[in-house]
Amino acid sequence: MTVKDIFETMEYGPAPEAAGDALAWITDQGARFGHFVDGAFTAPGATFETTSPATGEVLAEITQGTAEDVARAVAAARAAQGKWEKLGGPGRARYLYAIARLLQKHSRLFAVLETLDNGKPIREARDIDVPLAQRHFYYHAGCAQLMDDHAPGRVAHGVCGQIVPWNFPLLMLAWKIAPALAMGNTVVLKPAEWTSLTALLFADICRQAGLPKGVVNIVTGDGETGAALVAADVDKIAFTGSTEVGRKIRAATAGQGKALTLELGGKSPYIVFEDADLDSAIEGLVDAIWFNGGQVCCAGSLLLVQEGIAERFHAKLRARMDKLRLGDPLDKSIDVGAIVHPEQCARIAALVEQADGTVYRAAGPVPEGCFYPPTLISDLSPASPLMQEEIFGPVLVSTTFRTPSEAVQLANNTRYGLAATIWSENINVALDIAPKLASGVVWVNGTNMFDAAAPFGGVRESGFGREGGAEGLMAYTRPAGKAKALKRIAPFTGDAAEPQPVDRTAKLYIGGKQARPDGGYAQAIFDAKGRLLGQAPIANRKDVRNAVEAARGASGWAGATAHNRAQVLYYLGENLSARDAELAARIDAMTGRKGGAAEVALATTRLFEAAAWADKFAGEVRAVPMRGLAMALREPVGVIGALCTDEMPLAGLVSVMAPALAMGNRLVLVASEAAPLIAQELTQLLETSDVPGGAVNLLTGPHDDLAKTLADHADVDAVWSFSGADISAEIERRAAGNLKRTWVNDGKARDWAGAEGAARAFLDAATEVKTVWVPYGA
Amino acid sequence: MQTANRATHLPQTVEPRNPGMPLDLDWVMRANANRSAIERRAAQLPARRSVKKDHQAAWLARAISCIDLTTLAGDDTEGRVRRLCAKARQPVRADILEALGLPDLTVGAVCVYHDMIAPAVRFLDGSGIPVAAVSTGFPAGLSPFHLRVAEIGESVAAGAAEIDIVISRRHVLTGNWQALYDEMRAFREACGPAHVKAILATGELGTLQNVARASLVAMMAGADFIKTSTGKESVNATLPVSLVMIRAIRDYHEATGIRIGYKPAGGISKAKDAITYLALIKEELGRDWLSPHLFRFGASSLLGDIERQLEHHVTGAYSASWRHAMA
Repeated sequence: MTVKDIFETMEYGPAPEAAGDALAWITDQGARFGHFVDGAFTAPGATFETTSPATGEVLAEITQGTAEDVARAVAAARAAQGKWEKLGGPGRARYLYAIARLLQKHSRLFAVLETLDNGKPIREARDIDVPLAQRHFYYHAGCAQLMDDHAPGRVAHGVCGQIVPWNFPLLMLAWKIAPALAMGNTVVLKPAEWTSLTALLFADICRQAGLPKGVVNIVTGDGETGAALVAADVDKIAFTGSTEVGRKIRAATAGQGKALTLELGGKSPYIVFEDADLDSAIEGLVDAIWFNGGQVCCAGSLLLVQEGIAERFHAKLRARMDKLRLGDPLDKSIDVGAIVHPEQCARIAALVEQADGTVYRAAGPVPEGCFYPPTLISDLSPASPLMQEEIFGPVLVSTTFRTPSEAVQLANNTRYGLAATIWSENINVALDIAPKLASGVVWVNGTNMFDAAAPFGGVRESGFGREGGAEGLMAYTRPAGKAKALKRIAPFTGDAAEPQPVDRTAKLYIGGKQARPDGGYAQAIFDAKGRLLGQAPIANRKDVRNAVEAARGASGWAGATAHNRAQVLYYLGENLSARDAELAARIDAMTGRKGGAAEVALATTRLFEAAAWADKFAGEVRAVPMRGLAMALREPVGVIGALCTDEMPLAGLVSVMAPALAMGNRLVLVASEAAPLIAQELTQLLETSDVPGGAVNLLTGPHDDLAKTLADHADVDAVWSFSGADISAEIERRAAGNLKRTWVNDGKARDWAGAEGAARAFLDAATEVKTVWVPYGA
Repeated sequence: MQTANRATHLPQTVEPRNPGMPLDLDWVMRANANRSAIERRAAQLPARRSVKKDHQAAWLARAISCIDLTTLAGDDTEGRVRRLCAKARQPVRADILEALGLPDLTVGAVCVYHDMIAPAVRFLDGSGIPVAAVSTGFPAGLSPFHLRVAEIGESVAAGAAEIDIVISRRHVLTGNWQALYDEMRAFREACGPAHVKAILATGELGTLQNVARASLVAMMAGADFIKTSTGKESVNATLPVSLVMIRAIRDYHEATGIRIGYKPAGGISKAKDAITYLALIKEELGRDWLSPHLFRFGASSLLGDIERQLEHHVTGAYSASWRHAMA
């Protein structure tokens, strides 16, 4: 075409980014890669090919990591860890800063390599992935610098095994490695087998930065290599990927005492209210579902439009889709690149094939090969599989809603809870809806906004743990100190025939009412001398079911003001204190020790402490590079099931209960197995202290059985165990079912009277961080 | 509908003129513009579309064809206007245009104050390039209403084929949409056959939402073009403002079938910016709008930068301003 022709057609023409330098880098490395272990590349082992999805061209050969490779890498990381941690925050900050600088200096090389290997448009790699990766290292250089101030009393986990997906190979690597290194961990990272190249280039950067050997190790390979890493001698596993694999990792690591964070799938709602700036909301959808070809865990893939504007909105949307340019990802004018791999492309096609709605495909031409056109499936009902299943491709599904509350219901009608988007010009609507959405991130009038200072992560089956911000650092540290083994306290035995002066009937406390156990069994409880203290009801799975139902129903507690919750906790403390002598005597009788008075005093303190925190743990605003607010809000986890300690039957239980209540959770508490009658006393206190029915439910019975039911229960959001029973592994394994949060003692004792019993750790565990982004502008 | 076989850019020759419509206040009040989101889109756009080599040259030539070559200064003289008109006829050195295969390329129009209309018409005679005149008490638009209307008539009589009117910003700032509509209607009627560009002076409208609403009202009242700025406000054409205005144009087209032209004015001085604007128009409105009858740049120094880029395209060496004729 001549200039004159183009003058008439006004076509864009090709605008290819040169790939020469990136290809030359591959060639310079021999186009065959080993692992990066202990500061050097290993000789390649058995290899597989990594290809460019846009062309099918083989880029390089990558080594399939074996269990031995993983073990060597972990050993190198282990050897390096002590010195790396001892280097101190400011010392580590220098290295992180150097890495950030080097990422910036080689930014185009990273971007082109990423595009070649992954198929994402060069614009995205260049303008989003690589700058965000740099930003992550800059931010965490600061975190390392300030570690003593920001994470006092915390130390590194040790060696972290990290597994990242193929959709943002470099960026997810940065999200994993930067905070780990900042806090003094060393890492073994496994990139996805389809996209290993930028991780290997990153290894090269680590060398250039003079990073001590063994601090960063990269082992390549497929899922088997990943499984080997999960099984290896590491202290923490951080995984980003599918919910299916996340579940396997949860089950595989159960009871091993490895810290775990999972960032998994999603079906993130994108809610458009009738008063939204519709054109901007349409453009937001481009960033939501056609960013990286929709291969984004937090992609706004579920469009919910208010009925009155639905027709107009869909017409605008289809027109916008027709403008999207699909093609060579190295072309600077391409909106949607290649799908990462033919396997993924086939999977997307198969899912769309079964769609029961109206399918609209963008009008633009679709190149031969691993490409899938932007697609809209409308007129779906919540029962349609595609409304629930993550497609992980450029496919948007949509339905309509009538009212704000119906929008919330539809948005929350999913197993996932990663991100959500709200479009409305009405601040009342937007800020009312944001807290009601079950998701870790909410974007108002924008979408897919990320920053190192703003925590990112999900609720429900989208995983647990946060990346970014102070919360992300928590995931790479643990409290200093070494826990002692927990000694199991056996109940006293005695003569069941001995009568009480006046018979007392202990019951379960469910939904604000005393309830006889469903099974109709009770267990005699004795003091140290074998005298009968009473009969504790034995709860069974149906009692757990009832308690969970009551807890779920007591949602009003979460909606109560923090001031109100504090008042209730103070009142509990007041009433507890008023009965101190009697309670102390009862505790002494049940435990056969003389600690009752101190325990009552401690429990009162814990209640006052939690009451004090109730209105002071709401989250904070984060400094993100945007005109707007990014708020990391603390929201209650929901329904927490907790198995309480035998070490301190009253103070231990109260230490768990009070902070969780303060944050608005509802609880199913299983009292000490050895001294269950404490529940009887607590029931009376709760009944007389304005705690709403269902907010706290008290059960007694065998921890083994009750823990299983709680861990299996799909409507329980978290299970904690401080039990003397050996149930940690079982809880973690069963919790994999709905990926509920777990906090178990792994058979370790807890210093309930000391710092370990204090509120802070419980406040963290009792809250989910929801990051709400509100860009603004008059 | 007539076709564009004449060498003139008058919009009515290729598009049905906008007859206007009754003021639809429901529609006006429904218009929303989220500034943050619009700024994000505007910031992304230059990175989303890149035009290289022959395509870039063609796009720059297209940009020239859409320029309203402008002089709006107190010291304008016939001599100055004569030079400007010569530049309008031959915007780029002949050898460069020859190399591009576009020897007949001219700018879209010449834009002057009333007193310069007659000389401009004279100097452009036979070129097919229309003369546009700023009017209605430009730039503030605060002279007596009957004089503003009369000024239009005078300018049309003097030979202006296009009239760039300024709206009363106060009507927008006080939400008096009816007054804005009535004023624009009167201006449109006064223009008769000359086509009318409504200058919104977006830099003085306070919010993007006001820009969106004022755009709709101007179109409902019969504007053939909507234009950002007089060039005299402290903030002139910007990408976010453009996005709001052309989205309003798109909505108006969807509702009425009528294509309204768009003219960003002031502050566009680089070839790269011109390409961004053209891409914005292509993306949001489509190829149809990439013609002088639906799109104009109000610019004085843009042409110089484009000339240098075009010479670079032809020779492969970077150019210098003194190698190109001044206006």
